[in-house]
Amino acid sequence: MLETKDILETIRMIEDENLDIRTVTMGISLLDCIDPDIDKACQKVYEKIVRLASRLVPVCQQIEMEYGIPIINKRISVTPIALLCGACKTNDPVRFAVTLEKAAQEVGVNFIGGYSALVPKGFTKGDLRLIESIPEALACTEHICSSVNIGSTKAGINMDAVNMMGQAIKRVAELTKDDNCIGAAKLVVFCNAPEDNPFMAGAFHGVGEADAVINVGVSGPGVVRSALAKSKDLDLTGVSELIKRTAFKITRMGQLVAREASKRLQVPFGIVDLSLAPTPAVGDSVAHILEEIGLSQCGCAGTTAALAMLNDAVKKGGVMASSRVGGLSGAFIPVTEDAGMIDAARSGCLTIEKLEAMTAVCSVGLDMINIPGDTPPEVISAIIADEAAIGMINSKTTAVRVIPAIGKTVGEELSFGGLLGSGPVMRVNTGSPAKMIARGGQIPAPIQSLKN
Amino acid sequence: MKAVITVVGKDCVGILAGVSGCCAEYGINITEVSQSVLQEMFCMIMICDISKMTVDFSQFSETVNQYGKDRGLCIHAIHEDLFNSMHRI
Repeated sequence: MLETKDILETIRMIEDENLDIRTVTMGISLLDCIDPDIDKACQKVYEKIVRLASRLVPVCQQIEMEYGIPIINKRISVTPIALLCGACKTNDPVRFAVTLEKAAQEVGVNFIGGYSALVPKGFTKGDLRLIESIPEALACTEHICSSVNIGSTKAGINMDAVNMMGQAIKRVAELTKDDNCIGAAKLVVFCNAPEDNPFMAGAFHGVGEADAVINVGVSGPGVVRSALAKSKDLDLTGVSELIKRTAFKITRMGQLVAREASKRLQVPFGIVDLSLAPTPAVGDSVAHILEEIGLSQCGCAGTTAALAMLNDAVKKGGVMASSRVGGLSGAFIPVTEDAGMIDAARSGCLTIEKLEAMTAVCSVGLDMINIPGDTPPEVISAIIADEAAIGMINSKTTAVRVIPAIGKTVGEELSFGGLLGSGPVMRVNTGSPAKMIARGGQIPAPIQSLKN
Repeated sequence: MKAVITVVGKDCVGILAGVSGCCAEYGINITEVSQSVLQEMFCMIMICDISKMTVDFSQFSETVNQYGKDRGLCIHAIHEDLFNSMHRI
């Protein structure tokens, strides 16, 4: 029996509080497209993606209409392309990027992720080829996202890869400087990258996955904030309970959409990512939830504790609502994609150092942060190393997606438009880690890795 | 199979007739109606049987949505599964 208050609550969440499904991502394995002849490999990649994903967008649109829930992004993730590069006789990975771009445009998805390499413990020939090609691949395509996993709790941190990625990020920003350095917004460096993540820029389809799966990422910061705004007299135990209950409802909706999409596309259901993903829209901000809990502005003392509680409550509420949970699962803190974070960064209340502390307790890492254009590559590498160390030691995913704003400095702004948002260039500590980064080598796996 | 239709907007003549007319046109049977007018705001929730409907539900949903927009009303037609999954364990 449906109750009036439940019906009205759901309608209000959708209508007024920006409740939506952030992404339905189809993961597609390209392992059966490997071929020494790159022309043949590209042909197989294109055909497989178009064959499996041609109905993805129309089916999602149908679900949107039937359930009244907006599905903001329809995306594809594929097997890390480095695995395909390794088999090719010719060294021209950008051809794969161009093929993926063509396939993405054909099926009408927002992004395609998987221009990736997994190198926590060392490189194969294919990995090196791919990493070297990332700046060019991102500069000459529009819908491709790239990620590189440079460390894990099990393997330690590949500092040679860290070194290369600092340079790659700088280079891609330079190549796309006429377009707000947007290439760097599509490149993320991971430690402990999940293989079933539906969110960009870090989505790729892990080798342990099925041939094709449907993964869904939910959203709903506005719903959580609004629930808290109506319950001002709760203590923090009560706040945590309320977040759990709200996360449960949000995730149930994600589970329903995932199940329906999977059934209609005849592709197995993979996971629901229990996420709170903000957008720059008013009322869709994770920072505003923290402020609703009782901070004057995101970034002040207390932010890490509030975020830790939020992140934990989201997972506790969500995990019972879905039969299979995975991906990044937790609250996201991308600065330029969150209205409250943008304000806090502009006012100086939110700094990179505080964001780094926050990444120790939330689902990802330093995300969508504009840094001065003259930041040396070794400083970017060292930022990556710091984040990776947090992830490695705490057995969690961390990531770095910073955008060097070429030709700009602290206080100036970059504006990407759409969900990527806009934001100020933030101050970076300019002390030099050049010698440490130049050493290269491997930070060995920590003692936490010895669990057997 | 059931669906929920919600209608919210400024009260005027013929809202109920218009929405139920849409339902009848597409073979949708209205099984329950709850309706109130608070300070000139019309608010209605209908539970409908859509098992014998003559069009795709997504198409019907789009039609009533547009019907509402043309008249300054906010109309949603949503499959009951959404509410059941959000509010029932």
